[in-house]
Amino acid sequence: MLEISNLSHVYGSGPGAHHAIEGLNLSVAEGELLCIVGPSGAGKSTLLRSIAGLIQPTGGEVRIEGKLVKQTPDNLAVVFQDYSRSLFPWMSVADNVALPLRRKKMDKQQRRAAAQEALESVGLAEAGKKYPFQLSGGMQQRVAIARALAYRPALMLMDEPFGSVDAQTREDLEDLVLQVRGHHKMTIVLITHDIDESVYVGDRVVVLSKAPAHVVGDLKVELASPRDQITTREHSDFVHLRAEVGRLVRGLERTPA
Amino acid sequence: MIRRLAWYWLIPVAALAWEVVTRSAGAVYFPPPSTILARMREMAATEDVAADLVPSLARLAVGWALAAAAGVALGVLLGRSPLLAKLVEPMVHFGRSVPPAALLPVFLVFFKVGTPIQLAAIVYGVLWPVLVNSMDGARHVDTQYLDTAQVFHLPRWRVVLAAAAPKIFAGLRLSVALALIMMVISELYASSEGIGHRMREAEGSVDIPAMWAGIVLLGVLGVVLNGLFLAVERRALRWHRGRTAA
Ligand SMILES: Nc1ncnc2c1ncn2[C@@H]1O[C@H](COP(=O)(O)OP(=O)(O)OP(=O)(O)O)[C@@H](O)[C@H]1O
Ligand SMILES: [Mg+2]
Repeated sequence: MLEISNLSHVYGSGPGAHHAIEGLNLSVAEGELLCIVGPSGAGKSTLLRSIAGLIQPTGGEVRIEGKLVKQTPDNLAVVFQDYSRSLFPWMSVADNVALPLRRKKMDKQQRRAAAQEALESVGLAEAGKKYPFQLSGGMQQRVAIARALAYRPALMLMDEPFGSVDAQTREDLEDLVLQVRGHHKMTIVLITHDIDESVYVGDRVVVLSKAPAHVVGDLKVELASPRDQITTREHSDFVHLRAEVGRLVRGLERTPA
Repeated sequence: MIRRLAWYWLIPVAALAWEVVTRSAGAVYFPPPSTILARMREMAATEDVAADLVPSLARLAVGWALAAAAGVALGVLLGRSPLLAKLVEPMVHFGRSVPPAALLPVFLVFFKVGTPIQLAAIVYGVLWPVLVNSMDGARHVDTQYLDTAQVFHLPRWRVVLAAAAPKIFAGLRLSVALALIMMVISELYASSEGIGHRMREAEGSVDIPAMWAGIVLLGVLGVVLNGLFLAVERRALRWHRGRTAA
């Protein structure tokens, strides 16, 4: 599905240049839910922006379904970190969700229906006519997810999507992602700096080093599904994995199994 | 509605005070409102008011629309193109710093007296505030809106226009008042018709009440135009008012 080989990115040039990513290799299988964790400033957003075609990496390549990414591919959606800026404030919630569907072969009726369906699937059936500013932060982030869902991408990228909401909302949104991928066939790459979250949500967790970022750990998460905020998190496998990821993030050696 | 109107109680009181003061002072150059109103009614009955009003308003509308469209287009272009902005901005700041009225003598050289020169004056007065505000608005569009546009393949310029709309409207609102000022000034000095020209005629024949009739008419016109503009703006920027109030 997604192949990243020998990716590097340098911001600026000369003595002030910042090497954000260096020699990063990663491949993601169709239908996988991959979590990427790494310390703050590691280059996680830079990686996501390279995958989305929002920046041209200075070295290496990104391929989606075999095709080299030059601009944003058609079948890709992004949920950005900052909910307060991820929706267009000048249009209603329903219009925000329906807008990207214009270039699909859908008439107005179908677009409206698809938007409503996506809003229902994130638990916001009643919010369509409101403006983003009339919703709480968590609700706005749900709308951003609904917009991505309605778009029916093959690959969904999420950049710390729950970084700026309260703990309770965060748990709800994590479960929403799990529920969404149960219903839709898509590959999801979720970036987070929260170690617990990566293990709870992911099928697989990839750990990035400090800048310049490269992969320092790659773990399969084999926890029973459906996952549950209480029982999954108290399971010994969860606790063990969390510790392992935590050590990798802090740059310690993996404990011998 | 009645409640809102009730807040305007000071207006009749002020008019009454004006009446009393001017009458008791008996100043020739400050006729009481009743005299001005009587003169207005007389003019409306005996003269073809539309012949002066319609060309004035037509020039105002055409000049404003031309300059507003050009100002928004140029401003957004400059706001989104750092290279172009670097090149042109010094000139923009020079252009907008020259008081438009000071350029009338220059326009007199280049344009024919009458409609051409008046259009030129209105366009020049309106262009700068619209251009500068549009440029500012387009320059500061949130980068995440642009990223979103790119990811979902949305037309970029529409996102820029929508995001910059509050700033663009601020410039347009300023420009409505400026257009009216430029209309009158150009008619006072370079026209053979229009409200400004009639005021000058009245001044020449020492018809003070007629002169004041023009002043009152212009005031009313200003209030009406501003009210119309605000109504449009309120509709277009409903989202913005709600957001900033929250
Ligand atoms: N446009 C840019 N120009 C120059 N440097 C940049 C730019 N964008 C990011 N950087 C630098 O690159 C580094 C990595 O940034 P990035 O946003 O990818 O980190 P991150 O892992 O997403 O961090 P966080 O967890 O805080 O979101 C940072 O040190 C940042 O200062
Ligand atoms: Mg980031």
